[in-house]
Amino acid sequence: MVRYLIGRIIGLIIVLLIVSILAFLLMHSVPGGPFDEEKSPLPPAAKANILAKYGLDKPLHEQYLLYMANAIRGDFGISFQSPTETVIDLIARAWPVSIQLGGLAILLAFSTGLICGIVAAVKQNTWIDYVVTFISTLGITVPSFVIAIWLLLIFSVQLGWFPTGGWPAGGEDWNTMVLPVITLALGPSALVARYTRSSMVEVIRSEYIRTARAKGLSTNLVIMRHALKNALIPLITILAPQIPNLITGTIFVEVIFRVPGLGKFFVSSIYLRDYPMIMATMLLVAFLWSITYLLSDILYTVVDPRIRLQA
Amino acid sequence: MSIVAEPTLPSVGEPTLRPPSNLWRDAARRFSKNKLAVGALIVLVLLILAAIFADVISPARYDFSVLAEANQFPNSAHLLGTDTVGRDFLSRLIYGARVSLTVGFSVQLIALLIGLPLGIIAGMFGGWPDYVIMRGVEVLTSVPIWLFALFLISVWRSSDSAPGGGMINVIVAIGLVSWVDICRLTRAQLLTLREKEFVLAATAIGAKPLHIALHHLLPNALTPLIVAVTLGVPTAIFTEAGLSFLGFGINDPLPSWGKMVADSSSYIRVYWHLGLFPTLMIAVTMLAFSFVGDGLRDALDPHLKT
Repeated sequence: MVRYLIGRIIGLIIVLLIVSILAFLLMHSVPGGPFDEEKSPLPPAAKANILAKYGLDKPLHEQYLLYMANAIRGDFGISFQSPTETVIDLIARAWPVSIQLGGLAILLAFSTGLICGIVAAVKQNTWIDYVVTFISTLGITVPSFVIAIWLLLIFSVQLGWFPTGGWPAGGEDWNTMVLPVITLALGPSALVARYTRSSMVEVIRSEYIRTARAKGLSTNLVIMRHALKNALIPLITILAPQIPNLITGTIFVEVIFRVPGLGKFFVSSIYLRDYPMIMATMLLVAFLWSITYLLSDILYTVVDPRIRLQA
Repeated sequence: MSIVAEPTLPSVGEPTLRPPSNLWRDAARRFSKNKLAVGALIVLVLLILAAIFADVISPARYDFSVLAEANQFPNSAHLLGTDTVGRDFLSRLIYGARVSLTVGFSVQLIALLIGLPLGIIAGMFGGWPDYVIMRGVEVLTSVPIWLFALFLISVWRSSDSAPGGGMINVIVAIGLVSWVDICRLTRAQLLTLREKEFVLAATAIGAKPLHIALHHLLPNALTPLIVAVTLGVPTAIFTEAGLSFLGFGINDPLPSWGKMVADSSSYIRVYWHLGLFPTLMIAVTMLAFSFVGDGLRDALDPHLKT
């Protein structure tokens, strides 16, 4: 187990290093930098000063080493798009918004997905089952920005129940949160519902469930105490990647509903070639994903002791 | 003497014999019983025909703009209305099908060209090539793939003016990050098949590893690959729509459904048709591809054979 973990952590570090090198090289292969004078001409001396200030005049490998040395100490530089803030400040401002949005979406997705999946499995091949299956197919296949437009058309434009965008952190009403959270939750909730259903259907057919029923337990007790526990194991693999996905802010939802989260800043960073911000976001996302995969593998062995991790 | 009489034997059991069949005929029979998949296949064929004959069937060119007729709701002259610069919306949707399908299929072609050889190398030879390839796969799965594609395109598009409305850039960028699934699948298939007896037999009569991989293993791995490619097309279409939605995909005047959705979001309070129709097209296309893919999986999987 310990050997396995060490191997995995080394693998994780290698992956992060490759991601950082790739991102760094690609960004610097672009002709034109953030201080090109298309719009506002600068005297050569002033430009040289600015380039030197941000370290852009050094050879590439030195820039990279310098960057990584600072990054390990938690200094990701200063954001070009908001020069009064460090990248860390900007992330610290934008990320809580994304975590709030993603956290609410996760709660909604898990609760509705689980309930729908269990009901569909118990009421297998009834109209409830078909409705759940239909909606979850829709939720899995149709992209979130399409769902967002539909929800906007129905609930903002036709019914006028909710505003078309904004976020409480931007000083707006709480009801701005409803549509983005639902949009973001629909995909994962569909996924949870589908897997809960199929895994429950399988468990319900197994022999120990028949035994539990035979000794006279009520249907609800059998479902809650015996079936559900075992049906949840395969869900770990499905759900783990959803968590970093949701808390790093789904870009489309944040852009459509004008939520000032990490995803929206990432898009503006790409427009403005804000190297430090792009680098930091890519590394953050890669780190969160890799660590979640690792944790989900460990969680597997805790939930199901028959599974052993091997190097 | 009884050996001589043997050729006449089949005539005895003939009435009960099943007609001769093979994998593809069986699969077609099973597929045709799946109503949802057949319906989806018809939708797909219509979409593909619309994309091919866009020049013939669309009422106007996709870039033909009449400013005086801008922002019209659906009416008799423009069945689906016009957009904010007075282009016929139906025509733009039809040409949009051409863009989406071209991207979807080309991306899968690139993904096959990269993923298949890498998967064969990793699965067949193991050792350090396998290690290197799997680390590459890990790097690409450490970040959502469209994030990588977004990043690639943002790098390229600042280096030169994008040819072909940016379509080639989009195809190459998505293709470069989409091979992971095919590579992993090929590798996993080869790893299982490699242990089978017929491989041992082939090795025993002196077949070379590459010959075994191409002539014995790959044909057996074909059906899961077909399903993976079919299901990969909608993912590519979704990624293109997403990139175009964010403004990093197809450029005007070439129509892309994703871009049309993005353009509509500023006017959604008034011009509902600009948002509704392209989102419907995306949804229908994605659903059709995934139903056909699921149908193919059920039809091609011999374990379900009855």
